Amino acid sequence: MTNPNGRFGIHGGQYIPETLMNAVIELEEAYNHYKDDPEFNRELTELLNEYAGRPSRLYYAKKMTEDLGGAKVYLKREDLNHTGAHKINNVLGQALLAKKMGKTRLIAETGAGQHGVATATAAALLGMECVVFMGEEDIKRQALNVYRMRLLGAEVIPVTSGTGTLKDAVSEAMREWTGRISDTHYCLGSVMGPHPFPTIVRDFQAVISKEIKEQMLEKEGRLPDAVIACVGGGSNAIGSFYNFIEDKSVRLIGCEAAGRGIDTFETAATINTGRLGIFHGMKSYFCQDEYGQIAPVYSISAGLDYPGIGPEHAWLHDIGRAEYVAITDDEAVNAFEYLARTEGIIPAIESAHAVAHAIKLAPTMDKDKIIVITISGRGDKDCAAIARYRGEDLHE
Amino acid sequence: MSNIAKAFAGGKAFIPFITCGDPDLATTAAAVRAMAANGADLIELGIPFSDPTAEGPVIQGANIRALKAGTTTDKVFDFVREVRRDVTIPMVFMTYANVVFSYGAEKFISTCAEIGIDGLILPDLPYEEKDEFLPICRKYGVDLISMIAPTSENRIAMIAKEAEGFLYIVSSLGVTGTRSEIKTDLASIVKVVRENTKTPCAIGFGISTPEQATTMAGIADGAIVGSAIIKLLEQYGTDAPEHIGAYVKSMKDAIRA
Repeated sequence: MTNPNGRFGIHGGQYIPETLMNAVIELEEAYNHYKDDPEFNRELTELLNEYAGRPSRLYYAKKMTEDLGGAKVYLKREDLNHTGAHKINNVLGQALLAKKMGKTRLIAETGAGQHGVATATAAALLGMECVVFMGEEDIKRQALNVYRMRLLGAEVIPVTSGTGTLKDAVSEAMREWTGRISDTHYCLGSVMGPHPFPTIVRDFQAVISKEIKEQMLEKEGRLPDAVIACVGGGSNAIGSFYNFIEDKSVRLIGCEAAGRGIDTFETAATINTGRLGIFHGMKSYFCQDEYGQIAPVYSISAGLDYPGIGPEHAWLHDIGRAEYVAITDDEAVNAFEYLARTEGIIPAIESAHAVAHAIKLAPTMDKDKIIVITISGRGDKDCAAIARYRGEDLHE
Repeated sequence: MSNIAKAFAGGKAFIPFITCGDPDLATTAAAVRAMAANGADLIELGIPFSDPTAEGPVIQGANIRALKAGTTTDKVFDFVREVRRDVTIPMVFMTYANVVFSYGAEKFISTCAEIGIDGLILPDLPYEEKDEFLPICRKYGVDLISMIAPTSENRIAMIAKEAEGFLYIVSSLGVTGTRSEIKTDLASIVKVVRENTKTPCAIGFGISTPEQATTMAGIADGAIVGSAIIKLLEQYGTDAPEHIGAYVKSMKDAIRA
């Protein structure tokens, strides 16, 4: 799906300082070598299955289906992976690749902390050094994940520049990589940044849609009618969509964080409110002002609180293959509580954005239709913040 | 001869950088005049960007202050029109790709030509992506400045061969900011550059003292200084221009000694 220059339609590319060019070229060459290497794939599959717990379940949400009274709802349970989110799929792949490249140190950005935890985990397992950059705002709202990263032996560096959120953590990780390349791999957490990251991360996450397809064919003997996933940078969404892109009967729906609403400035809904730009190594859509200054976006979800979207999503939007809807904080919190009460599953607040859209969509569809929602992560990390949102103060 | 080439015609060039609008555009205008009067050969004018990923903390701070003061691309253009009435040395813009792209590349670059901006430095536009703006830069006679880094190795010849205006050689790994020591083997890099182009080259990143400037200008055709000047603005605010003038004079005297 990627052309040789790392373009998805007009999106993508390599808009980075010259200092990093040989590093991304080296990464692309190594990836092209190892992605078809049987020994690499055997090792990665073993890690994914034996360590991370793949394949993840495709669970029929019977009570939710009955309650909504429309399409059958299945949940792809990425929350059941080791470390509690889909992030581990990509991280195990990249960490193994980095190790093969002779790198001894992993650096990463993190928003909600799930990617940071996954990177710290892989580093511990593979005996690598790990440094995670995290915005100071996110450190406040995701204290549990900060502790987990430190427990796993990673150093967590608070980022105070800009809005102190995910975009600033990405900027700081890029700055760090410019300063130390020879022993360090930048383990980017989403399908964004300069080529080859959007392709590498997508390939490692594509296991989600590969499994959904196999499991759905086994359970229902047919493909689903819609696949719904939340989108920040868009890694769980592209992972959920990828193997269905050619199956035109399957609607692909990405759920962006609208924050307090797409008609307010407190939003992170890139496709719904952004425009074409060049930032963080890629051409794509970004929330920005008339002079191209990147907007200080907002969402209750630290993992979706990013002013851009991966270039492959931007392209899927351009060609009309995927739809991108905006879900507000309120809708996401309601869905968070709904899934907990209805199915006994506490989703990450990020994933709750996808649940929220399914709650709207399922009742409008016939009972013989099927929806798959990717539950990209578990919600334990969000309990204190959601309690606060409801006016309750928890002491963790 | 391009206007930029004139900066290198009289000997080693001293190239100061300043972020426009830090703390306000009137101070920037006074600082630019002080630089020109004290021997600057070419001035790099930074247009502030919200997320300057190639900058260290000092220049990041200047970008934030300038944006908080309400600096916009249009106001920077007006400021250049005003200083161009009496400042005749070459001037280039240093900013990020999105500032140009978002304004409309053709509108941005044609305005550069109209107001007397001679070149454009975009640290997030490597060789592979330069076609984004190069055809438009050529159309309006604005030089798109290429950069070479300590990690460029096998890429130096390719980049140098197509260089226009001058070549910006990044002295060290990492982001902008003063450094006590520069360890990169810059002489070897400059040797490859010279084998591949007649375009002059200047070294930047980490240079702050007259001794460093002398060493760097000895290796290349000029030295670029940014963070050390921004520190004077941090320290003296609207009173900074006279200090900047004295600093530029000390640096220029050192490299031409």
